[in-house]
Amino acid sequence: MRLTCPHCGDRDLREFTYKGDALALLRPDETANPQEWVDYVHNRDNPAGTTSELWYHGPCGSWLVAVRDTTTHVTHRTLSLAEAGK
Amino acid sequence: MRVAGRGLIDRDRPIRFSFDGKPIEAFDGDTVASALLANDVALMGRSFKYHRPRGVVTAGSDEPNALISVGPGIDIAPNTQATMQEVYDGLIARSQNRWPSLKFDAMAINDLFSPFLAAGFYYKTFMWPRAFWEALYEPIIRRAAGLGALSGAPDPDRSEKAYAHCDVLVVGAGPSGLMAAEAAAEAGADVILATEENRVGGRLLSERETIDGESGDVWADARVARLAARGNVRVMTRTTVTGAYDNGTYGALERVALHVTPGEGPPPTCFWRITAGRAILAAGALERSIAFPMNDRPGIMSAAAIRTYLHRYGVSPGQRIAVFGNNDDAHRTAADLTEAGIKVAALIDTREDATTSGDWPFYPGADVIETQGRLRLEGITIRKPGGGTLRIGADALAVSGGWNPAVHLTCHMNGRPVWNEDIAAFVPRENAVPGLIPCGAANGVFSSRACLEDGIRAASDALTALGRKSSFVALPEADDTPYRLSPKWVVEAPGRSWLDLQNDVTTKDVTLAAKENFRSVEHMKRYTTQGMATDQGKGSNVTALALLADATGRTIADTGTTTFRPPYTPVAISSMGAGHSGKGFAPERFTTSHAASVKAGAPMIEAGLWYRPSYFPEPGEATWREACDREVRMVRERVGVADVSTLGKIDIQGPDAGAFLDFVYTNTFSTLKEGRVRYGLMLREDGHVMDDGTTARLGANHYLMTTTTAAAGPVMAHLEFVAQGLRPDLNVRLVSATEQWAQFAVAGPKAQAVLDTLVDEDVTDADWPFMSCRDVHVSGVPGRLFRISFSGERGYELAVPARYGASLWRLLLAQAESFGGGAYGMEALNVLRIEKGFITHAEIHGRTTAFDIGMQGMMSRKKEFIGKALAARQGLLDPSRERLVGLRPKDPQNEMTAGGFLFERGAAPTRANAQGYTTSVCYSPTLETPLALGFVKSGPDRLGEDMRFVDHLRGLDFAVELTHPVAFDEEGGRMRG
Repeated sequence: MRLTCPHCGDRDLREFTYKGDALALLRPDETANPQEWVDYVHNRDNPAGTTSELWYHGPCGSWLVAVRDTTTHVTHRTLSLAEAGK
Repeated sequence: MRVAGRGLIDRDRPIRFSFDGKPIEAFDGDTVASALLANDVALMGRSFKYHRPRGVVTAGSDEPNALISVGPGIDIAPNTQATMQEVYDGLIARSQNRWPSLKFDAMAINDLFSPFLAAGFYYKTFMWPRAFWEALYEPIIRRAAGLGALSGAPDPDRSEKAYAHCDVLVVGAGPSGLMAAEAAAEAGADVILATEENRVGGRLLSERETIDGESGDVWADARVARLAARGNVRVMTRTTVTGAYDNGTYGALERVALHVTPGEGPPPTCFWRITAGRAILAAGALERSIAFPMNDRPGIMSAAAIRTYLHRYGVSPGQRIAVFGNNDDAHRTAADLTEAGIKVAALIDTREDATTSGDWPFYPGADVIETQGRLRLEGITIRKPGGGTLRIGADALAVSGGWNPAVHLTCHMNGRPVWNEDIAAFVPRENAVPGLIPCGAANGVFSSRACLEDGIRAASDALTALGRKSSFVALPEADDTPYRLSPKWVVEAPGRSWLDLQNDVTTKDVTLAAKENFRSVEHMKRYTTQGMATDQGKGSNVTALALLADATGRTIADTGTTTFRPPYTPVAISSMGAGHSGKGFAPERFTTSHAASVKAGAPMIEAGLWYRPSYFPEPGEATWREACDREVRMVRERVGVADVSTLGKIDIQGPDAGAFLDFVYTNTFSTLKEGRVRYGLMLREDGHVMDDGTTARLGANHYLMTTTTAAAGPVMAHLEFVAQGLRPDLNVRLVSATEQWAQFAVAGPKAQAVLDTLVDEDVTDADWPFMSCRDVHVSGVPGRLFRISFSGERGYELAVPARYGASLWRLLLAQAESFGGGAYGMEALNVLRIEKGFITHAEIHGRTTAFDIGMQGMMSRKKEFIGKALAARQGLLDPSRERLVGLRPKDPQNEMTAGGFLFERGAAPTRANAQGYTTSVCYSPTLETPLALGFVKSGPDRLGEDMRFVDHLRGLDFAVELTHPVAFDEEGGRMRG
């Protein structure tokens, strides 16, 4: 498997570390209630289909979001966190 | 026997090897199989289950029968296909799965019981009692049915791994592969051309036909020489592409030196990971057999293989060869044999309307219904269309049931092939593996001319996909005879007809599976073991599922196929894991003092990937404890130096660096004054402790964070995530500086005196209070000095650019020794910090909170930080949680262990009664007692209480007292001094 690092380009899977659902980017506000925090930290969907995942490219330190299909292994696109935040 | 004047072997280069101890004469270019056939050795192995005598069936990597063990000693390679093993002088080949000898195998008695040993026999028979499954049945069954064995010695790990990138990977170097490679290369693409054979040409090496008027081998050699001369083509022979993976990644096994005498030269194999923009599958096709009674005798072979042995190796497997088939290739075989002067005993064509132009006994519409001969074929019985039978003497039988395209790689990502009625075979599904383009015979295209043309087409498709323009490539002149066959899978006649030769699966097993309702092809496979041998049923799967389709009243297309999985051919674990044994398992990181520590005799221990000195033994010290105790006293009484470079150092800069640290640490750093250091605690978002360490403010917008050795990588990734994903509003940049700086702790009452001799500036207490830091010069070299302490003594850490590390270590050590001090290692470092109650990842092990370690006061109420919300959960602040305490035994003779459990006095030492556990233990030479840190329910509220320490594993059970975690100098006067 290969992924595109926003900084370095097309690279082999072994340079990356999977870090879970991209939901982790949507950190609740300080004022959020406990349930929102629990959902943010612990609860994840497990879809058969498109997911947005966080990956870390260790060699350069870039984080990225990979939009992938779990049923076909097709990576539709990869985004830097700056792009993903927009 | 050898056929004079034929073959591509070098008759000027004779080679001698041995098979089961007997010397065999061969020529350079032979395989073990071709050499054995040349020497009239038809019997090459025994089958897996019935131990039936078997001979070679194919001439390639689809061989099910002729498996041998190659080589002496620990390098022995069991289950090597004799068809793929090239001969070399001194090669030692042995047959397998027989005892006492290949010709007389005692286990062949299984064959007599074969009526009872049908599919499912083991499942049905060895059911009771359950206790016998693993203890008795399995060992016995495994011994009776088996293949070759490894030496049992550790693998010498001589193989290698490598990586390659290309625009176009061409798998197979027959006519279509060669044309595809040429067309891709002409257009300027970087090409890798891989073939599992030792030379290019593929099927052309096995046939008489010509390309552009030249023989196949001459044409192929000339083509590949031209390709290799270009800068953009890499030709890889003896390289099997074994698997297709996501995003254009392919695995390939190169047999680098398995064809030469083993020695210290090149590695035996190299496992490649090839990344290709596009790949072209030109892997050809595999000839399948026809299931007829007793079709497993030595001498019964694939017709295509017989042509390969004749044209490529100058070998005939017999003197009177009968040919049996359902297609035109059978006729081609008869013609080639006749042309070479070998007698064709009969040509039996299952097609009633077949005609022949050859001068041989011809039986259209006939079937082979029986064969004779025990250790090799002696004759066959045929049934003529009218019904009469005829016995024909023959010492070999060439069988052709048609061709199966080698679709395997296209199935590696779960793509199922599609049934093509015209050729009665499965062909690749379009885009089954994204970016993999099948062509030629692998794509169901069979004539040489059509293959050449399809190769050019495939290259053009690949180039278009890569955004490149195709160049004109001329299509060579070649044979364009169409391939005609009439499907014939099974001959209906009494007797056992084999499908999977290696696993001894017969047609009866498949119909039995269908009868017992294992109708799904995947169920049938598992019930009968069809296709589960080392050849993955390359030659037999399609026939088996045609039979299953018939038995279940479905079409073959509806019945479907089993899943082909990587690897295409077996790959030794030692190849896949090459370089990953011993020190190759993980990289080693060495500090700048490493060589000096090793020279001083310090045993090195692993800390993550780093190596750190355990202790520095002195003459007369019998145990590590003696050295450790001395080093601890040395630090407490005089001075010690230790290399602390392995701790993570993260350089953090930017106008918002302070705000960033406030967000990732529980406590505040934006208020830290320049030139000062603060201890920081970092939580995970779930409220548990992630890491701790000191962070120094080097300038207004410049901080240097220290992490623990183990957490340096994860903390760096975490900080990057926060900076890039959670707080992109903060203007801050991070870089790891761990390896750029060598850093040494100087600790003890004489620490300041040691520094005075080396640091150019005056290190006065007025200028250097506890927790201060500043740039200094060490003998003129710019460095950094931090007044921090992990020992509880007056302590400094002196850092210089790593290139000065070794020199500074030498100087520091010499100065420390002049004050009666010296180096201390990890053991002493650990004792010093346990005496002081300082925590490491033994305590912050992922399940502890700031509250648990008594640091809840460090969680700022004034600001937001990571982990704040969930750390406030009631359950994480419950006073009855297991919280940090110190422990010491009531009797100082009793030494605790880490991981022991604590119970109330009088309580039974059972899991339910556990009150806590120990995390770190040591013997404190300072306090002359064993000490421990641990976690106990409501621990800090129970100080002074006696508890029962139990380590069931080591049989320890004694009384201990709960104490404050800081056992020595609780006020900290010594380090603040």
